[in-house]
Formats: sequence, C-alpha cells, structure tokens
Amino acid sequence: MREVAIVAFGQSDHVRDSAETSEVEMLMPVLHDVLAQTGLKARDIDFTCSGSSDYLAGRAFSFTMALDGVGAWPPISESHVEMDGAWALYEAWVKILTGEAETALVYAYGKSSPGDVREVLTRQLDPYYVAPLWPDSVALAALQARALIDAGLTDERELAGIAARSRTAAEANPHAQLRGPVPAGEHLVAPLRTGDCPPVGDGAAAVILAAGDTARRLTDRPAWIRGLDHRIEAHSLGVRDLTDSPSTRLAAQRAGAFERPLDTAELHAPFTSQEVVLRRALELDAPGSTVRINPSGGALAANPVMAAGLIRLGEAAARIQRGESDRALAHATSGPCLQQNLVAVLEGES
Amino acid sequence: MNKAATAKECVAVVGIGQTKHVAARHDVSIAGLVREAARRALDDAQLTWADIDAVVIGKAPDFFEGVMMPELYLADALGAVGKPMLRVHTAGSVGGSTALVATNLVAARVHRTVLTLAFEKQSESNAMWGLSLPIPFQQPLLAGAGGFFAPHVRAYMRRTGAPDTVGSLVAYKDRRNALKNPYAHLHEKDITLEKVQASPMLWDPIRYSETCPSSDGACAMILTDRAGAARSPHPPAWVHGGAMRSEPTLFAGKDFVSPQAGKDCAADVYRQAGITDPRRQIDAVEMYVPFSWYEPMWLENLGFADEGEGWKLTEAGVTELDGDLPVNPSGGVLSTNPIGASGMIRFAEAALQVRGRAGDHQIDGARRALGHAYGGGAQFFSMWLVGADSPAA
Repeated sequence: MREVAIVAFGQSDHVRDSAETSEVEMLMPVLHDVLAQTGLKARDIDFTCSGSSDYLAGRAFSFTMALDGVGAWPPISESHVEMDGAWALYEAWVKILTGEAETALVYAYGKSSPGDVREVLTRQLDPYYVAPLWPDSVALAALQARALIDAGLTDERELAGIAARSRTAAEANPHAQLRGPVPAGEHLVAPLRTGDCPPVGDGAAAVILAAGDTARRLTDRPAWIRGLDHRIEAHSLGVRDLTDSPSTRLAAQRAGAFERPLDTAELHAPFTSQEVVLRRALELDAPGSTVRINPSGGALAANPVMAAGLIRLGEAAARIQRGESDRALAHATSGPCLQQNLVAVLEGES
Repeated sequence: MNKAATAKECVAVVGIGQTKHVAARHDVSIAGLVREAARRALDDAQLTWADIDAVVIGKAPDFFEGVMMPELYLADALGAVGKPMLRVHTAGSVGGSTALVATNLVAARVHRTVLTLAFEKQSESNAMWGLSLPIPFQQPLLAGAGGFFAPHVRAYMRRTGAPDTVGSLVAYKDRRNALKNPYAHLHEKDITLEKVQASPMLWDPIRYSETCPSSDGACAMILTDRAGAARSPHPPAWVHGGAMRSEPTLFAGKDFVSPQAGKDCAADVYRQAGITDPRRQIDAVEMYVPFSWYEPMWLENLGFADEGEGWKLTEAGVTELDGDLPVNPSGGVLSTNPIGASGMIRFAEAALQVRGRAGDHQIDGARRALGHAYGGGAQFFSMWLVGADSPAA
C-alpha cells in the first residue's frame, strides 16, 4: 500500500460564539496556515475534500460558500462529505492510494453557536420513531453514562477525573476553548454534570496529506498513516450495548492499532463517559500501558462539531511532527452514543 | 503525478437497481426506499449483503427530507452495520460523485466489493423551500433552481443564435424516451411537441414541460474488482475514467453557459479513457439536463459539438434514440428527478447501456457511454466513462 502522511495541521481558536465571522472567514486563516507550513500554493494541491453539515449552517449547500475560501480557480478536483472532517481525510487518503493524487487538502468547520446544538443533533435520529421525541445529545450520552455506572465500569468520581485531566492538559493548547479545570458543576442530565460535557463552540481545522517522497520533501517528520479504518453500528440505541464500542475495536484492529504499543491516543470523546467506552474498546488501560490520552485536551476542551474528529488526527500528527510521539492513535466519532467510529494509526519515521 | 507509484485495480459495475420513481412513495419509509434499490442491485449481481465490504451513500441537502446525516439512521437498512459507511454531498453532482468515491475504494484496493447508493425522497419535505432558507446578511436564493438557471439559458440563446424552438425538442424527446423506461417517473403517453410548446412559461425561456419533476427514488450500484467481475452473472460495465471538478459559485469572468470546470472534468475523463473524438467514440450519453436547454449547452461543454453548434445537433435529431449520438435514452432528469439520486441514475443508465441491459431504451451495440452530473451554481461536475470491454484488455 502506498505511503501517505499528514504533513501539516492547522486549526482556529475555538470560541463559544463567532457571530462576527462567517464560515469562510473562520476557515481562510486555517487554510493559509497549512499551505504556509508546507510552502504549497492552492494550485499545487491535487485533491481537496471537506466535511461539514448543512444542519449546523442552517442552509442548504453551505459547503459551496466555504469553497470560496479555497480559491477553486482554475477549477479543482474536489469533494465533500456530510460528515466530520475525519471522513473527508479518509476519502482523500483513498484518492492518494489510487495514485491519482500526490497531495490533498482536507478541511472541516462547524459553527454551533447560531442554533441550539443539542436540539439540532436530535434531527440525526430515526425520523419516524425517535426524532419526534426530541431526545437531545446530552440526554442520550447520559443514558450511556448510566449504563456504564450500572455495569460497574465507572463512577462519577472517575468521570470527574477525566474532565479535570482533559482541561488541565488543554492549558498547553492555545486553540482550546476551555483551558484549565472547570467545576464539575450540577447535573445537566444525570449522571452527567456540566463538567462531563463538551463546551459548545465554533471552529475550523485543516490538514495536508502527501504521498511518499513528496511528504518527506514537505516536512521534516511526516506523520505516516500506517492504518485507517472506520465502522458503523446499528442506529437504534435499543439494540446496542452502550457500554461497548465494537465498531471502534474493529476499526482499530483493521488499522493495526494492536500490533505494537502506542504512546499517544487522541480520542474524540465529547463526554467523559465516552472516553471510558473508548479506552476499553482500544485496550488503553492494559497493564503496563503508558499511552498519553488526549494531550490536546480533547473534545472536552474544544468541540467544534464536524471538525472535532479531524482535529484529533491533526493533533496526533502534530505531536509526531514535533517529535513528541512515535506511534499515535487518533479516533473520530459520529452519531448518537458513538454510533460510527474511525481509527487511524500514525507513526513517525524512526 | 507519479503514475507508476501504484497500478489501480480495474473497477466494474456488476449490479444496478432502481426504484420506480414517482412523485410520492407514501408506501415506504426512507429506509424502505433505499433498501428496495439496494436489494435490486444485489439481485442483479446475484450477491448477498454479506458480499458487500463497504457502503457509500449520497444525497442532496439534508433539508430535502428534514433528516440530518440520514446515513446514520440508514445503516441498518443498507446492511452496513459492522462495515464502513461514507456519506457524500456535493450538491446536484452528488450521485455521480458518490459513485466515484465508491469506485476509488475498489481502485485503491481498500475494498473488493462496494455498494453505492443515492436517493431523494422529496415528498418528505419541500425541495424548493429547502433550498431557500433565509440566512441573515446573505443574498437569498431565488425560489427554486429554475430562477437561477433561466438567465444562463437566455445567455446561451443570445450567444449562439439558437432558435427558441430547441428547448421544446429536447423535452419532447426525453419524455418520449421515458415511455420506454419502466423506472422513469413521468410516463406521458399522449405527449406531443405541441403540448410541450403550449405549456405555461415558468422561468422565461423555460416552460413547465421543459423542467424536471420532483421525484421520490433511489438508485444503487454494486462495484467490484476484476475477480468480482469474473464471477458476474451478467456482463459488467468497466470504468474507463472518472473525474470531479469544482469552481466557485460566482466570480468575475465565470462562464455560466459553459463552465471551465465542466470542460476540465470531461477532458480528464477522456484522457483516462483514451477518448480523442467523443462524438465518434462515445455511443450513448446520459447527461444531467434538469432544464431542456442544458442538452445543447452540455453538448458543447463536453466536447460533442463546437461552441455555438450544440443546438444544431439537437435540432437535426442527432441526440434522438435512433440518432448517431443518443442523449438520455432513459428519459433523463427531465423525466425523473430524485435530486440526490439523479447523478447516480445517469451513471447507472450509462452502465446499463454498455452492459446491454437497458431494455426497451437500449442503444444497439453501445460499447462506450458517458455518465454526467452537475450541481450548485453550474460549478460542481462529476463524470465517468464506462465501457463494455475491460480497460487495456
């Protein structure tokens, strides 16, 4: 299989409300950042792919506006997924594997501030039997947390520890929305407290991929994608074991995550309880494991919907590029209660 | 680009399924609709759900059904549980783009056999107003797509001197072709040219009978590698080339009549497929014609006619079912328009032609066919060229 690496990663500062900037204005500095990191011009990019959601933007074809930020003239080879940007990266990775592209630009953005994201996300649910009940994303995550606690797999104290660790780590992340510990707070939806939930915010991220020697030319230490896979589970929560994530485990197996030890894991767990599910599925708490989980602070520190998964891949790659990691796992999720999961294994060249 | 870095796997279409496209499928849910098309594609390929490695689904804006990222809810209906599922959205070109994303999964040898599907269930919502949600501080879209495209049609007529009778000829042809396609939405058995010409003017110069309907429908294809094609019970269609191109919606110097992105996309596909004279080498075309005048416009944009000459092919009957360059033998978008699926239907109908499985609208001896889709403000293009022979065979 062809060698493909992440050679640049950029992100916006994630903020509660970006009312004064449009999606394009939020995205453009990030695109310029990743191009500048590699010295590439927009016209040097062979393939462009993005991830975003019309339901966040509140308008149809919202991604067509973002294309203005790319500067698609002369015309470019370009595609878009109505998914988190991590899946746009997947499509771009496949494109490079075919040999039709040497480089790819991947970006994602989301503004949750104009609407009520908890309400908006209910529109993802089965439109006939579940969506009419408007169960919001926090309520569904709370069901999952309750299932974990009832099964004896975690407790509120451990969840509070995950929240504190994440926001403390984010003190070193200048882009994070919550930097430093926040109070555990009251129950938002029991057993989840406000501290167990992600901040609501707006943000954008971009990544450049390159193949083989092109990657080596563009950066000193490419983050090689050694494996990349994603899997989906049944939609109905009633037929799933919410304490487990078989789709994450299968994707990780196929990405080769279990073949050798990891030193870093960037997990897309918007709720503290979901980190518990993912750590179990990924065997990150195995005896002797020294994996550093979410050194960026993770989605508990900044959760721009549609970009937060791509940011996990970018953060993991950036650590490899900086020489702080040799072998990292990055994870992205979509859908209620971790329905769909993507796992990448990234390595630096030793 | 370093072409020697990898040799792509050959990709074949071995299964195609469509629903009978209608104004409203009140008898099925969204899940029921997509499963019906997928099931028919599997039956055509004589495969089962277990043979499918991954699912790639596409549709136009989520507001058209009022379901955000509906692929999450459709995972069960499409047998995707435990498998990878991708959701593509590139505006009106999405059906084509979706097929190309699926093609690349096989070409890159990530998967062996992939189900790709596109759908729209327009009766669940209202597409025109789904396109026209008011956004603060942004210029509103005009109500529906016709208002956006009519001035570009007028520009084409002015530029080429085409007589204003050409549009109705296209509509009359496509609606008659649809009578031979059991899956087409509109079956106007008593259609006449006079009726088309007498239909109300909607967006001058586009008349009611020169516009696409609103349809509920789904289209599915099974794509597989060389080994999979060898086991196919029916002749496969081979992918000889595929490409996507995009350009901005609005910019100084944009040619709305013949967008550069469309020309570049066609040139890329022809280069991959070794096509040097599309008019002679391509036997059938399924192009995305939501308003009748887009047939002559795309004939030029895709290199089948010189600039300013496209309407002459239409007027001379070249694009008729028995012409020497049949365009939209299925009846096209003018007869069937489940928006998100319309591009994939073009790709699938092109494949049906070279497989010799198009039924009453089969073009005798079709060996190479082009599938074409476009979207947004005539800015997103996706195309593929399929052949009866395997590439470099």
